[in-house]
Amino acid sequence: MRFVKPEGSSAQGAEVGGGAGASSEVWPSHKPAATAILDEVGIRRSLMRIAHEILERNEEPDRLYLVAIPNGGVPLARRLAANLREIADLVVPVGVLDTTLYRDDLLSTGERPALRQTEMPSAVDDHVVVLVDDVVKTGRTIRAAMDALMDFGRPRVVQVVGLVDRGHRELPIKLDYVGKNLPTHPDDEVQLRGLEGGLRGPLELVVLSTEEASESRGAGK
Amino acid sequence: MNRILLRGGRVIDPSAEHDEIADVLIEGERIAAVGRGLRADGAEVIEADGFWVTPGLIDLHCHLREPGQEYKEDIGSGGRAAAAGGFTAVACMANTHPVNDDPATTDFIIDRATHDSPARVYPVAAATKGLEGVVMTEMVALVEAGAAAFSDDGKTIMDGGVMRHVLEYSRLVDAVVITHAEDQTLVGGGVINEGAVSTRLGLRGNPPIAEVVHVARDLILAEFTGGQLHVAHVSTKGAVDLIRQAKDRGVNVTAEVAPHHLVLTDEATAEYNTNMKVAPPLRSEEDRDACRRGLVEGVIDAIATDHAPHAQHEKELEFSAAPPGMIGFETALAVVLDLVRSGELSPLELIRRLSTHPARILRRAGGSLAVGAPADVSVIDPARSWIYDVAKSYSKSRNSPWDGATLTGRAVATLVNGRLVYDVERGILI
Amino acid sequence: MIGRDLLGIERLERAEIERILDTAEHMREIGTREVKKVPTLRGRTIVNLFFESSTRTRASFEIAGKRLSADVINFSPSTSSLKKAESILDTARTLDAMDPDAVVVRHAEAGVPQRIADVLAAPVINAGDGAHEHPTQALLDLLTVRQEKGCIDGLTVTIVGDILHSRVARSNIYAFRKLGAEVRIAAPPPMIPCAIEALGVKAYTSLREALEGADVVMALRIQNERLAGAYFPSTREYSATFGIDRAKLRFAKDDAIVMHPGPVNRGVELAHDLADHRPGVILDQVRNGVAIRMAVLYLFAGRQPAEAAR
Repeated sequence: MRFVKPEGSSAQGAEVGGGAGASSEVWPSHKPAATAILDEVGIRRSLMRIAHEILERNEEPDRLYLVAIPNGGVPLARRLAANLREIADLVVPVGVLDTTLYRDDLLSTGERPALRQTEMPSAVDDHVVVLVDDVVKTGRTIRAAMDALMDFGRPRVVQVVGLVDRGHRELPIKLDYVGKNLPTHPDDEVQLRGLEGGLRGPLELVVLSTEEASESRGAGK
Repeated sequence: MNRILLRGGRVIDPSAEHDEIADVLIEGERIAAVGRGLRADGAEVIEADGFWVTPGLIDLHCHLREPGQEYKEDIGSGGRAAAAGGFTAVACMANTHPVNDDPATTDFIIDRATHDSPARVYPVAAATKGLEGVVMTEMVALVEAGAAAFSDDGKTIMDGGVMRHVLEYSRLVDAVVITHAEDQTLVGGGVINEGAVSTRLGLRGNPPIAEVVHVARDLILAEFTGGQLHVAHVSTKGAVDLIRQAKDRGVNVTAEVAPHHLVLTDEATAEYNTNMKVAPPLRSEEDRDACRRGLVEGVIDAIATDHAPHAQHEKELEFSAAPPGMIGFETALAVVLDLVRSGELSPLELIRRLSTHPARILRRAGGSLAVGAPADVSVIDPARSWIYDVAKSYSKSRNSPWDGATLTGRAVATLVNGRLVYDVERGILI
Repeated sequence: MIGRDLLGIERLERAEIERILDTAEHMREIGTREVKKVPTLRGRTIVNLFFESSTRTRASFEIAGKRLSADVINFSPSTSSLKKAESILDTARTLDAMDPDAVVVRHAEAGVPQRIADVLAAPVINAGDGAHEHPTQALLDLLTVRQEKGCIDGLTVTIVGDILHSRVARSNIYAFRKLGAEVRIAAPPPMIPCAIEALGVKAYTSLREALEGADVVMALRIQNERLAGAYFPSTREYSATFGIDRAKLRFAKDDAIVMHPGPVNRGVELAHDLADHRPGVILDQVRNGVAIRMAVLYLFAGRQPAEAAR
């Protein structure tokens, strides 16, 4: 297994405040066990930083609308909403938008994937929609999310939060806010775990080496 | 003179109650001798060691579709299929186009058979004009033309008054009136036996009582009129019971059963396979078992195939629209040998029901290997295993439920009128 | 889904049924959006092969297909093969050559979708075959009851009407039994099919006894045109003895719901007000129909032979 060292800090994902938990070290992806790359503490810090960045970047914070891509994006979006409330006393609507029906690989896969919840509490027209996903790799999920979003209405602006950017883009999708850049082997699997814990977590971001990854894929995500 | 020696076979002759290893010598068109160590110089020898040598099998009930529906079958192709199945004679039903209800049509069929069919063909003429169940046919003229029996088979004579007169008038000739006993008002458009299967499949059911009620009526009419009744394709326990009681009372009645009703049940239709659609329909296990017992006891006298060819495009219709019927000449023997394999019938008793009794019912020579009898002989290998490929059938039609099945038992040679017309290696020879 | 086709409920497992219902719940949400369309089946072809005319069911499948962005083609060959030169299977083979992603078949005779599925490479969805099965109807009925009652296990469902000729009855019997309900049928004796108990239901000729404690009452359409006089004497007597109205509903549970596959013979099998007001839930059934059919098309259309068993 090969691994790639990052070249300094990539994209705007440079962390504010640094800290031991959110390190920019790279874990070789040939390690045998599922390797944690961000623990609960690290995730909390990243999300707080991102919340600040969102407020920095947007001049009309009352137009903000967080839209989570299930399943991983859901607790992340909710925490971001809580952070925004804490920092700026903002009540930002949080929607959940399942992208399964907009996937471009749906009918060529074997089994039809199970559908997930979609719940949009209000219209997206004229809002600054911030899509939230846990792991961004090829960019296809984000593209599908944008297509789905357009069927709901006409947002003024769309921005994207990815907790982890793995690279390996297949489409020209960029992330506006990144928790951590993580170069990986394409066959590795990166998972957000602890979703059952709901809002309180604890959440953990792990990477599975290629062998484990293919086992995990076989079992279904 | 043509001489054939069938050597070393198990000679089974129900007419003489014989079942032993022997040779059979044929001279010309007749059986010349039966015995051990027969010598016949200059005779063509057929080694029958390991096979049964029996009087030619006779099928009481089949449909040859000529005249009028030659796309399904004709007398030539049907005759060839019959000979390949070990049959030396068949009786064909009158539901052709035109109906065989006058001497000219009977003549035509006999003439065709003489030229085209390796097996003998005995026409069964209609009992009523046009099979309409109203006006009876000219039975005397028809028998003179060669008709062996009378039947509206394909249809039922629903009017009791008409059936009564048909049975009464038939006493002028020595011929049976064959009844296709299904009360159409009780059949009610049913396309499959009424039961758990019809309920599951959502198909209209044809209840057993449709047959039982009608058999009851015809038996009483036969008793009342003194006519000679033959019940076609018995399929229900109720009918078997009634026929048993009638015979005990001395009523002049005979009966037949088809191979499929001896082995298959309505469960066979669970996939809507139209090759399983037949009239009367495949019934319950109880009915099937009662038919087997009836045949073994002799309540049912004979086995008849009811060979009913239909073209592929006709069978590819919706189940309820497809015409009922299966072809059966080439598979009958293998299917009914099941009763010998199970021990229910001895080989002698089976052959009696396939040859001797049918001959008697049709008032024709046959069913016997006595010296001087016509040389119609079937040579059978009861143990031969073979795969039935319906695409290779001599019949023009392909509607068989046994396509692709591995069967046990097969005719290996068939002789009609002293001539070898079929052998399993070379096929039909004339 | 295990099989390639949806020919009936009889061969579905409980888990597959629940998967369809869960998927349909998600599809319902799409109907609440501004743009009631998702691109999932874009570029795919769904063929509606309706030998028996049916405006409602066909429209429901058409809307379902279009909401999934599929191209929907309607074929309505004449009713019986007997009336035309081409047999059912010839029609199917011709269709197969056009490579559809799913074929929805409806026919007045039982067994036709199965025969078509035998020759077609594409998945076949049964939209009703004679008196045999109508799986999408039973699925939308299950969904409606699940929405009303939360859970199907332990419920008592009473189906009333011409069970003998009803595909809706058969499919619903399988469906509700598989999900754990007790199913009863009630009808005048000539309309109770032979050996129906083998399907796991109890047959009643007394409507009152059949309704005792029922959670769900399902009324079936009486086809007066062909039945009155043969299987029952008149619609007047049928309505008096087996028609569902508020008075008779008193024997059922207080919170019982009333269903009907439609179209309703008002005043015959169902009283006018129950057709329009609660506890009748007919309009919910219709709404769920589109969602169920979207779910079915999503789960079955376009599946390759290698993926699915046949």
